[in-house]
Amino acid sequence: MVTIEINGKPVQARPGAMLIEVADEAGITIPRFCYHKKLSVAASCRMCLVEVEKVAKPLPACATPVTEGMKVWTRSPKAIAAQRNVMEFLLINHPLDCPICDQGGECDLQEMAMGYGRDVSRFHEGKRVVASPDIGPLVATDMTRCIHCTRCVRFGEEIAGVMELGAPGRGEHMHIGTYVEKSLSSELSGNIIDLCPVGALTSRPYRYSARPWELKAHASVSPHDCVGANLHLDVRGHNVMRVRPRENDEINEVWLADRDRFSYLALAHEERLLAPQIKRDGAWQTVDWNTALTAAAQGLRSVMQNHAARQLGALAGYGATTEEFYLLQKLLRGLGSNNIDHRLRQLDLSTQEAIPAFPWLGQALADLDNLDAALLVGSNVRKEQPLVALRLRKAARGGARLMAVNPVDYDFNFPLAARRVVDPAAMSQELIAIAQSLLELNGEQAPEGFAALAAGVVVLDEHRLMARNLKDAAQAAVMVGNTVAYHPQQGALLMLASLVARLSGARFGILSEGGNSAGAWLAGAVPHRRAGGEASDSAGLDWRGMVSGGLKGYVVLNVEPELDCIDGAAARAALAAAECVVALTPYVTDAMRDYADVLLPIALFPETSGTQVNVEGRWQGFAGCTTPPGQVRPGWKVLRVLGNLCNLDGFDYDASDEVRNELEAACSAVLPSSKLVWKAPAALPTRGSGLSRIIDYPIYSVDGMVRRSAALQNTPDATAGVARLNAAMAAQYGVATAARVRVTQSGGTCVLPLVLDERVPNGCVHVPAGVATSAMLGADAVLELTAAE
Amino acid sequence: MAQANIELLTPASRAEIDTWVAKYPPERKQSAVMAALRIAQDQNAGWLTTELMDAVAAYLGMTPIAVYEVATFYSMYQLEPVGRHKINVCTNISCLLRGSEDVVKHLQQRLGIKLGETTADGRYTLKEVECLGACVNAPVAQIARQYYEQLTPELIDRIIDGLE
Ligand code: SF4
Ligand code: FES
Ligand code: FES
Repeated sequence: MVTIEINGKPVQARPGAMLIEVADEAGITIPRFCYHKKLSVAASCRMCLVEVEKVAKPLPACATPVTEGMKVWTRSPKAIAAQRNVMEFLLINHPLDCPICDQGGECDLQEMAMGYGRDVSRFHEGKRVVASPDIGPLVATDMTRCIHCTRCVRFGEEIAGVMELGAPGRGEHMHIGTYVEKSLSSELSGNIIDLCPVGALTSRPYRYSARPWELKAHASVSPHDCVGANLHLDVRGHNVMRVRPRENDEINEVWLADRDRFSYLALAHEERLLAPQIKRDGAWQTVDWNTALTAAAQGLRSVMQNHAARQLGALAGYGATTEEFYLLQKLLRGLGSNNIDHRLRQLDLSTQEAIPAFPWLGQALADLDNLDAALLVGSNVRKEQPLVALRLRKAARGGARLMAVNPVDYDFNFPLAARRVVDPAAMSQELIAIAQSLLELNGEQAPEGFAALAAGVVVLDEHRLMARNLKDAAQAAVMVGNTVAYHPQQGALLMLASLVARLSGARFGILSEGGNSAGAWLAGAVPHRRAGGEASDSAGLDWRGMVSGGLKGYVVLNVEPELDCIDGAAARAALAAAECVVALTPYVTDAMRDYADVLLPIALFPETSGTQVNVEGRWQGFAGCTTPPGQVRPGWKVLRVLGNLCNLDGFDYDASDEVRNELEAACSAVLPSSKLVWKAPAALPTRGSGLSRIIDYPIYSVDGMVRRSAALQNTPDATAGVARLNAAMAAQYGVATAARVRVTQSGGTCVLPLVLDERVPNGCVHVPAGVATSAMLGADAVLELTAAE
Repeated sequence: MAQANIELLTPASRAEIDTWVAKYPPERKQSAVMAALRIAQDQNAGWLTTELMDAVAAYLGMTPIAVYEVATFYSMYQLEPVGRHKINVCTNISCLLRGSEDVVKHLQQRLGIKLGETTADGRYTLKEVECLGACVNAPVAQIARQYYEQLTPELIDRIIDGLE
């Protein structure tokens, strides 16, 4: 540590730290524009000039490293004169259009002009005007306001890993732009709104809708992926006007994915269910809560009376709150059924007993920054958990060797040191080859049953490289992504990936699908475990069992099974055939009107209190910050009353905290673990002929809210569904020249635009789920593909 | 994403770019960007299309915007079609003090175009550039690879008459 003096006050500092960091830590404000603690130092704006002893000229605090005994003045006449002069230059070309600028009231330039500017400008010449390009539906541009701090450019280059904005031109003609007009494609582009210190880059959906001083910020947590990014919801009256990141260095740092930032636009979507409805003689009627809840309880009870409690089942969405999951399973189990599941995107649930209390990352999110090597298995992490990809990129910039075994050669925002892109059916062979190579490196005996699996598997140099990279790294991780969850042999892949982790000394982690999977497991929203991970008294049916068995009654919580379930067609058919379907839902769709009997409108996350448990196992509570619209009620309250009406004990909660406390007590003994006890997977199915489907949920199709955010749906990442295959496959199936193809899977057929994509391996066609166009496809291993006229 | 087409660079251009790439460490091959842009420009009648810049970006493993930044920064690169003779007049401080304004005025009159424009017959493009580093003989202009110094209206007329 060195000691320096700022404004006469001694301050301890890390040697090599920049003056501005040291001053910030000591609570001494130095004005700045281009400096940002998460970005590289540009030292271009010169707003941070300070006086340093024995130096004739003022120095930029952001680019001046501290040295022992340094004496600094941030408010001396010399420093202030320098700061005032820089401010005068910055304002020369600035339009000073604060009254019509969205940044007004929270603008660094406005604030600093108040503090350091002159009251009248001495500049009488003409100001520069810069054209404002259209860079997509999320970010509005007013480039005349830009002060060329280049934060937005550095963000793209350094943090997001896609440099889309740059500074073309020179001198007077230099400006920030894309040169070729285009929409930003980054899934993190909204962060430049926060970074821009002036009103040059602002939120497009928020434009002209509120002033910052009218807004009240409420802390919340994003439900769209397992990171649980911390949010500020800015509320005016009863409306969420915009969403900003809430700084948390352990989770999202200062960033948000666009999905977290712009999903709020779906709060007022026209498909919101605003009042309870019941179906009478095939026609829907809007009724009061009492009538609807009584009808729901009556419906469930009559299934029990006419059939049995095990004819009841519950399907929950990934984004429900932990309290909702807990009460849902308590209701079902109270009625005598263990048929409850939230894993509606998992085809293979065979290893469910081996999974510890919840799918865990195996480390803290912040630990990812320091990895030296990582193997991603079946993960498009950049689009699945954008903020995890950001940390992996940070690791890669620090020299980490990142590797992937994937069914598609996904575009990552970090370089891969090794990759294997194979047909999904061959992924287990890849893991076996890596494990085999580790066994050779370790000189270790193969675990039981492994030799039989490894017979005939060829170990390539690439596998050896992956094995060695993992083994040689001080900090290594093997992480499975969502493609594994959707995979028909998920169980085998989990076992093999965890074996690779064990043999290489790497941490094993699951990047779980959906927002609150961890909360769902802990709350007991799985058939085989009760709250706190305790085994069920008798194993209930998982969602596949519930769907294929055709139960008589279902409770559906915050999910649209026709899209959110990986076999949406089958789920929809099972619900339609049931006697009684009670849907607790924020939105109502035509499909729901068709299969449901009672519709109960429940709140979306900004409107309810609750808890999200993220992939690290961190419980993050949040409060409701707006009154729900219409007759909408928080889901936990609806479930509580349903419990009461079903005459169940233990449903007398006054606040969601009481629910959480009860559950936390049940989970008190739970220790996060990602250890899977090795059990050799049954012989792996050999690949038949025909095309197999690579399935994933596109970033803006993962849940009902995201699907209804108009701005997100207008970005390049949004898709209405296309079929992708490589040119060789297209030629083999005679569709090379077709614009559209007909895809048939499990008897369901759809017609999709064809896109030739060389990143898709042979033998496969990539068809996303979660979109209406492919919702009728089923889950069979092979599908048929023909040209559509 | 639209794939940049490296084939837009002729084999000869690529071979020449390779000689520049070879001058730098392998992980720094983007250092060859200025030479690569010049080579690309030369193969295309003196100007760079967006597609050609994308090809250079792909060839050197750069993001396109980083290449556009370079191409828009230096006045040697043309982003629109240019005349057969590109006349670059220095208007920076030394040349300004030594009468570059008259040089510009005379050229504009003689060619009937303004700075930054090209004659209708496609023969001449007139361009304003920053210091050409020949201040000692200001005012200065550059045409193709040739410098013309201590310019006067008469000298300019003679130079232009001498261009084919
Ligand atoms: S647009 Fe904003 S962030 Fe980007 S350079 Fe200009 S002022 Fe800085
Ligand atoms: S903040 Fe230091 S130069 Fe911009
Ligand atoms: S100013 Fe014209 S050559 Fe230097």
